[in-house]
Amino acid sequence: MSLFKLTLKELQGKFTAGEISAVDIARSYLLRLNQVEPKIKAYITLTPKETILQQAKTIDDGLKAWRKTQPLMGMPLGIKDNICTEGIRTTCGSRMLENFVPPYDATVVGSLRTHQPLILGKTNLDEFAMGSSTEHSVFGPSRNPWNQKFIPGGSSGGSAAAVAADECVAALGSDTGGSIRQPAACCGVVGLKPTYGRVSRFGLVAFASSLDQIGPITKTVTDAAILLNVIAGFDPMDATSANRELPDFTKAVKKKDIKKLIIGVPREYFSEGLDTEVSEKVQDAIQVLQELGGTIREVTLPSTERAIATYYLIATAEASSNLARYDGVRYGFRAKESRDLAEMYRSTRSQGFGPEVKRRIMLGTYALSAGYYEAYYGKAQAVRTLIQREFDAVFQEVDLLVSPVMPTPAFQLGERLDDPLQMYLSDIYTIPASLSGLPAISVPCGLSKIGLPIGLQLMGRPFEEAMVLRAAYAYEQATDWRMKRPVIRS
Amino acid sequence: MASITQKEVEHVAQLARLDLTEAEKPMFADQLNHILSYVDQLQGVSTEGVPLTASVAHEEPVLREDSPRECLPVEKALANAPESHNGFFVVPNILGK
Repeated sequence: MSLFKLTLKELQGKFTAGEISAVDIARSYLLRLNQVEPKIKAYITLTPKETILQQAKTIDDGLKAWRKTQPLMGMPLGIKDNICTEGIRTTCGSRMLENFVPPYDATVVGSLRTHQPLILGKTNLDEFAMGSSTEHSVFGPSRNPWNQKFIPGGSSGGSAAAVAADECVAALGSDTGGSIRQPAACCGVVGLKPTYGRVSRFGLVAFASSLDQIGPITKTVTDAAILLNVIAGFDPMDATSANRELPDFTKAVKKKDIKKLIIGVPREYFSEGLDTEVSEKVQDAIQVLQELGGTIREVTLPSTERAIATYYLIATAEASSNLARYDGVRYGFRAKESRDLAEMYRSTRSQGFGPEVKRRIMLGTYALSAGYYEAYYGKAQAVRTLIQREFDAVFQEVDLLVSPVMPTPAFQLGERLDDPLQMYLSDIYTIPASLSGLPAISVPCGLSKIGLPIGLQLMGRPFEEAMVLRAAYAYEQATDWRMKRPVIRS
Repeated sequence: MASITQKEVEHVAQLARLDLTEAEKPMFADQLNHILSYVDQLQGVSTEGVPLTASVAHEEPVLREDSPRECLPVEKALANAPESHNGFFVVPNILGK
C-alpha cells in the first residue's frame, strides 16, 4: 500500500492508530517526489530530504514519550510560495523575491506548525499570484498531472498539481479571483476559498488586499474541513480577520443528504461561452444535488457579466499600491549600478517584475491616476456594490448557489499567453464570489472526453463554510469522481 | 474613452517607477488598450447614488491594543537587505554628489 495515495483523513487515521510512523510517511512521500516532481514541477522550493526525515524522527521520538497526536501531526503538506515561512525562502514566483527568506511565519503557517506537520516545500504560482495558469512564474510552469501538455490552473497551480499528483496530502493556496478554485477544478481536487476574514492574511504576500484569502486544496471535502479547522480564526495581526465563533467544520461533513437546502442556479453562469462538456457535467451534478434532497431554483444575478471588468480594475488598483513596496531598499532584488535612488527604484522594478505583473501594475496605476480615478476605480467600486447586493438578495431566497468553476476544462500550455484578456475571461465564474467575499468551493464533477477534470462550484453566505462543505460532501459521497486519479506518464 | 497612447503608457510607467524597453512600449499600449476597451463596458452601468465598496470585511475592523511588544530584531530586519551598514539600509545617492 502506497501511503501517498491516501487522503489526509486516511493517513491521519493510520498514523494516530500507530499503524505507521511519521518516518514511514516521510519516506513514502520522498520517494513519490523523486518519481513525479521532475515531470510535474509543482514546487519552487523543496525542503531538504534530511530535514524532512529528521522532523519525522523527532515526531516519532516525541510520541514514544507522550502518545498525544494532533490532527496534522506528521502530515506532508505543500504551501503556496506567497505565504511566508520563516527560514524557508518565499519567492512569489518572482525574480523580485527569488532569494527572500522571511523573518517570520504567516499566521496560518504558525498554526500549522503547532501540529508538527511535515512541510514538504513551497509550491509554484503565477508571479505574485497574478495569473490563471502558473505560466507567469519566473521558475516556469507546473504541469497538469492529468495531461502534462495542459495548464494546472492558477495561480495556486503548484498546490493543486501537488495534491493531484500525490506530492503532498494537502496544501494551502490563496484565492484573489479564483486562484484556489480554478486550479482545483483543472487538477480534479477540492479547493475551498473561505469567507473574506475567516482566515488571517498576516504573512500572505499582499496582491489585492480586499480580495485575498488563504484556503485549503485537498483530495476530499473532509480533508478541506480538517485543514480549515486549523487555519481559520481571528488574528490580532490582521484587522480584517473576523472575530467570530468558529464551528468545528468537520461536523459539517457527516450527513450525506442535503434535505431542506434550497440551491440556486444562477442563469448567467450558464450562458454564452460555457463549454458544452462542462455544462453537461454541471447539469448532471445539479441533478444529483436534487436527488440528495436539495430544492433547485433558478435565480438571476444580472451583474455577473460586469464582474471581470470590475475585478480587473479593483485588483490591479490594489496591486499597484501593494507592489509599490518592492523598491530594492529593504529586501528582495536590487538592480546594480544605479546613479541615484530614483534610477535604482526604476531599474529594480523593471528587472525584478515579469510582464504580467508590470501589465497589472500599469493598469492599476492608470485606473487610479488623476482624471481616470472616478471613471475607472470609482466606477468599479460602485459596480462591486451592485454585485454584492444581488448576492444578498438571492441569498434571501436560497441557501447555496451552484455553478461551473471555469467555462472550459484546462487549456494547453502557451495557448493564452499572448492574449491577457482571454486569460482573464477564464475567471468569470469565480470572480463574483471574490468581489463579495463569499465562501466558495470547487469539487470534481467529471472528466472531459480527453480526460481533463471539470469542477463544480458551490457558493454560500458569508461565514457559512459549514453549509458549503455539507453540500459539497454530500455530492462527493454520492458520486465517485474522487476515486479517479491521474496516471502520470513519463 | 478607451484609448491609451504610447505616450500615456510611458507616463503611467513612470508613475509606477517602471522603465519600459522600446519593444515593451507598443506591446503594453496594445494590450492595455485591449483590456481598457473591455472594461469600458462599466461606463454603461447606472450607478448613480450607489455607495462605493472598498472592503467586504463583514465586520468592523478590530484594532488590537496599542501596547508595547517584542518587535523584529535589527539583525533579522536587515537580513534580507540588498545592502546594509551599521544597522542601516544603504541606498544610492539621493541628492547627487
